[in-house]
Amino acid sequence: MRVTQGTFSFLPDFTDQQIHEQVQYCIDNGWAVSIEYTDDPHPRNTYWEMWGHPMFDNPDAAAVVYELNECRKVYGSYYIRIIAFDSSPGWESIRLSFIVNRPAEEPGFKLSRTEVKGRNIQYSITPYSSDKPQGSRYK
Amino acid sequence: MENEEMEKEAKTVTEVNLKEDFQASGVADILTELDNSLIGLKPVKTRIKETASLLLVDKAREKLGLVNESPTLHMSFSGNPGTGKTTVALKMANLLFRLGYVRKGHLVTVTRDDLVGQYIGHTAPKTKEVLKKAMGGVLFIDEAYYLYRPENERDYGQEAIEILLQVMENNRDDLVVILAGYKDKMDKFFESNPGFRSRIAHHIEFPDYSNNELLEIAEVMVASMNYEFNEESKKAMAEYIKIRKKQPHFANARSIRNAIDRARLRQANRIFNNSEGPIGASFLSQIEDVDIRQSRVFSGGIDK
Repeated sequence: MRVTQGTFSFLPDFTDQQIHEQVQYCIDNGWAVSIEYTDDPHPRNTYWEMWGHPMFDNPDAAAVVYELNECRKVYGSYYIRIIAFDSSPGWESIRLSFIVNRPAEEPGFKLSRTEVKGRNIQYSITPYSSDKPQGSRYK
Repeated sequence: MENEEMEKEAKTVTEVNLKEDFQASGVADILTELDNSLIGLKPVKTRIKETASLLLVDKAREKLGLVNESPTLHMSFSGNPGTGKTTVALKMANLLFRLGYVRKGHLVTVTRDDLVGQYIGHTAPKTKEVLKKAMGGVLFIDEAYYLYRPENERDYGQEAIEILLQVMENNRDDLVVILAGYKDKMDKFFESNPGFRSRIAHHIEFPDYSNNELLEIAEVMVASMNYEFNEESKKAMAEYIKIRKKQPHFANARSIRNAIDRARLRQANRIFNNSEGPIGASFLSQIEDVDIRQSRVFSGGIDK
């Protein structure tokens, strides 16, 4: 099951050229661009691991694509996303976030229903991949 | 349907107009600006013009589908201090931007300290940080030969060189590297780092300025600061240049700039000590020959 998170998530995966252009748009708006990765695709897993610092002073998107490819070399089987922070309101807020790398196989999520008081049902989802310990989830 | 046809038409370009391209790219403006704003440097200007036309023709060939590999644009500028290497690099960045070979056209100037770290594991991130900053523009490495220190085999400079070479090769479309420094040291540097030599296509040499050119430069500098020479002070400046040139640590245009700065200091002192009553703008901007002749250079000393 294809994980859809963030912007453009219903489009086909971007090529490097397309990523370059999206990132350039962010940089031209004065946003700081950062690369993050994770092997836990749960939708409530908001804080992913950072790949280096957010890039505050690179005028060209080639730097981000370069770092992305470095990150792919190490975490090529993980989810990698690009995040753009806008600091103009006085705090860093996310303006744009999109997935740029995903595992070859995405096993999807398990939906479990728990009956609680008054025959109400509580739903929860668990990624099948998180049955395995962190670091050995995707090959 | 119509769109497809139009696209087909657009793709089959059979002719290009070099003159039009030349005008449209704004390269002509930069070349004339280069001619007017820089005094002397004949061989440098010729080389830049040659490079510009090569790149322009390459772009035209690309349009006609005569695809050749993207040319290597990395350069080396060698010459004595104060011969305008940084200034020309700035112009070069702008030129490459207008020709469409770099995307942003900014110049990042660094020296060894910005690239090489202090302890193990510090160099690679530092060098990469600088390279990323320069992507889309031009990276200008001043006194590049200090990167290589053969006397210390554990020197981290070697690591920076390796990363540099790798990025120069793999990210050729993303940035242009210009190495700069003194002629003889650069030659030695290239000899011991053949990887650099083969990756650099354009070696441009910056000649020293002649006495007349230096005087012309002095006049331009003075004018840009809203001062002026009179006949005597111009003569004094010419003599100053003649003597200063023979002394050690002469740095061409930079020495002239320093001399003018000191002359301004003396002029201010002279005016302050002698003036009584109101004085006009012309008096305040006049550099007299005494302002120059008080220099230690004339009494056998050395101006730093």
